[in-house]
Amino acid sequence: MGKVLMKGNEVIAEAAVTADCKYFFGYPITPQSELVAYMAQRLPEVGGLFLQAESEVAAINMVYGASSAGVRVMTSSSSPGFSLKQEGISFLVGSQLPAVVVNIMRGGPGLGNIQPAQSDYFQVTKGGGHGDYHVPVLAPSTLQEIVDLIQDAFYIADSYRTPVIILGDGMLGQMMEPVEFRKKEYPPLPKKDWATTGTVGDGAPKTITSLDLNAETLEKRNIELQKKTDSMAIHEVRYEEQMMEDAETVIVAYGTVARIAMNAIKKAREDGIKVGLIRPISLWPFPEKPFLESREKVKRYLCVEMSAGQMIEDVRLAVNGHTPVDFFGRNGGIVPTQEEIYEQIVRKHGGVQHANSL
Amino acid sequence: MQTVFEKTKGLTDQPTHYCPGCTHGVIHRLVAEVLEELDVLEKTVGVASVGCSVLAYDYFNCDMTQAAHGRAPAVATGVKRVLPEDRIVFTYQGDGDLASIGMSEIIHAAARGEQITVIFVNNAIYGMTGGQMAPTSLVGQKTATSPKGRDISIQGSPIKVSEMLATLDGPAYIERVSTHDVPNIIKAKKAIKRAFEAQKERKGFTFIEVLSTCPTNWGLDPFESLDWIKDHMIPVYPLGVYKDKRGE
Repeated sequence: MGKVLMKGNEVIAEAAVTADCKYFFGYPITPQSELVAYMAQRLPEVGGLFLQAESEVAAINMVYGASSAGVRVMTSSSSPGFSLKQEGISFLVGSQLPAVVVNIMRGGPGLGNIQPAQSDYFQVTKGGGHGDYHVPVLAPSTLQEIVDLIQDAFYIADSYRTPVIILGDGMLGQMMEPVEFRKKEYPPLPKKDWATTGTVGDGAPKTITSLDLNAETLEKRNIELQKKTDSMAIHEVRYEEQMMEDAETVIVAYGTVARIAMNAIKKAREDGIKVGLIRPISLWPFPEKPFLESREKVKRYLCVEMSAGQMIEDVRLAVNGHTPVDFFGRNGGIVPTQEEIYEQIVRKHGGVQHANSL
Repeated sequence: MQTVFEKTKGLTDQPTHYCPGCTHGVIHRLVAEVLEELDVLEKTVGVASVGCSVLAYDYFNCDMTQAAHGRAPAVATGVKRVLPEDRIVFTYQGDGDLASIGMSEIIHAAARGEQITVIFVNNAIYGMTGGQMAPTSLVGQKTATSPKGRDISIQGSPIKVSEMLATLDGPAYIERVSTHDVPNIIKAKKAIKRAFEAQKERKGFTFIEVLSTCPTNWGLDPFESLDWIKDHMIPVYPLGVYKDKRGE
C-alpha cells in the first residue's frame, strides 16, 4: 500500500485497524467525529464491530467489558467527553485492563469551543480519574507518526494491561496529509489468560475487579500496580530532539505546536539564533533525560503550548531550577502562529542583531 | 444411599456476606440453579454491580466481571458483543445501581435489544450505602435521606422500571417476581429460567425484576420484611409478565 491522503481522525481509525483493533465503542463529539464515523464504516469490513454508545460513560464501560473479554478495543472522544471517560479509565487501571483511548482536545473549560487546544494535559498526565495512577500518554505531531504510535499504544496496553491515551488536538484531527499504513513488528505478547470469556476449556472461574475491601491487601495490590507504573516510567519514554548540539534557547512543545515551533526555529536559525527543540512524545512518562543532559548547557527553555501553561510544570520539574523556563501559550482554541513563536524566540534572545553578533 | 438434594454447582462454597433475612442469597441460588439446569455455567459471564451484590463474583461459580456503579449493562454489552454467540451474559444489579445512577445504561441496553439477562433486585432502598432513599423507595417510606418519609412533592414518585422498559421495542422478556414466600420463589425461578432461555435463543434483552428484602435498613425482622414486600411493595410494584416476545 502506497501513500494515501487522509484526514487525521481517519488516520487514527485506520491506524487502529492496522494494529488489529476490531472493536470500537464511541460517541460523537466534535472535532473527532470523523473517527467514529470511519470506524462505523470500516470495522464491519474487517469482521469487527462498531457500536455507538448512548454516552461517553457508556462507551468507556463497553470498552471495559470488551477488554475484560480479551479483545483489542478502542474508544475516542474530545475534551468534555473525555472528562466523562475518566471514571472508566480509573476502573480500567484498577482492574488491569488494556485499551486505547483517544482524546482530540478542544478549547475548554466547560463546553468551551471546538477549536484546537492542549488544555487537557493535566487531566491526561496526572491521573484524571480517582485513585493513584498514571497511564501512558502518547502525543503524535504528524499523521504519519500516528500510524506508528497507535500500534505502539496497543502493544503497550497489552504488555502492561493498562489503558493508553493517544493525545492530539483538533488541528491534528482535522488536517490532511499523505500517510502510509506500515504494520510494525513487535515481540510476542503474553496470553490473555485472565480474560473472562466463560470457563469452557480453561477450568476455574476467573474474576475481574478493582474492588478490595481490605485495606492491607488493597495497599499490596496498589504497590504491585505502582511497580508496573515504575516500569513504564523507565521503558516507555519517547521524545525527539532537534538542533540541540549548540542550542542556547530550547523550545519545548508537543503535538502540532511542535511542528509550528519547528518552522519558527528554522527561521530563527537562518537569522543566526541558536535554537533547538525538545518534543516530548510520551507526555507520561515525561522525558526527563533531554533536560538533564541540556539544562547545564542551555541558557533558557521556552515552553510553547496551546494552554495557559500546563506541561511547563513538568519541564520545570525536569530542569529543577538549573535554567530559566519561560512560557508562551495561546488558549481558548487559538493556535500560535510561526511568527508569534519566532518573535518570542527573538525577544528571549535579546533581538536578532544581538544574536548575529554573538 | 440415594442423593435427594444437593447444592447447585452454580454457587461456590464461599459463605455470603448478606445480612440475615436478606433474600439476595435466595436470588443468587435461583440464578445459579437455572444456569446449571440450562448447562451454560461454563459459557456464562456475569457482571456484578456496585452495592450489596458487589461481591457476587465470590459466590457465582462462573466467570465474573465487576462493573462501576450503574454501568453493568454497558459492560455486559461490551462482553456479549465480542464473545462467541453461544456465551451467556447476565448482570446482577440493585435498585440504587440500576434505577438511579445506571438508568441511562439500562434503558439503552434494553432499547438496543442487547442479548443479555438483567437480574434487577429491587428492595426499595440503598442497602450497602446504609439505607438511603432509592428511586424505588415507596411514598411515605422512611429512609436515611427521607427521614420524614418519601414525599412526592419533594422527592417525586417511585420509578417502575419493568413497566418503563416494557414500553421499548428492544426487550424480549420482562417479568416482575417476588421472594416473599415459597410459591413466589418458585415462580421467580421459572421467570429467571425463561429469561435465560430467551437469551440462549437470541430473542433479545431479558429483564427480571425481583422484589427483595432489606431487614437491616427497613428496620424490620426477617419475617416482618417478607410481609412488608407482600403488603407494601407488591401493591406499588405488581407482579407479572410485562413483555414477552418469546413466541414471535
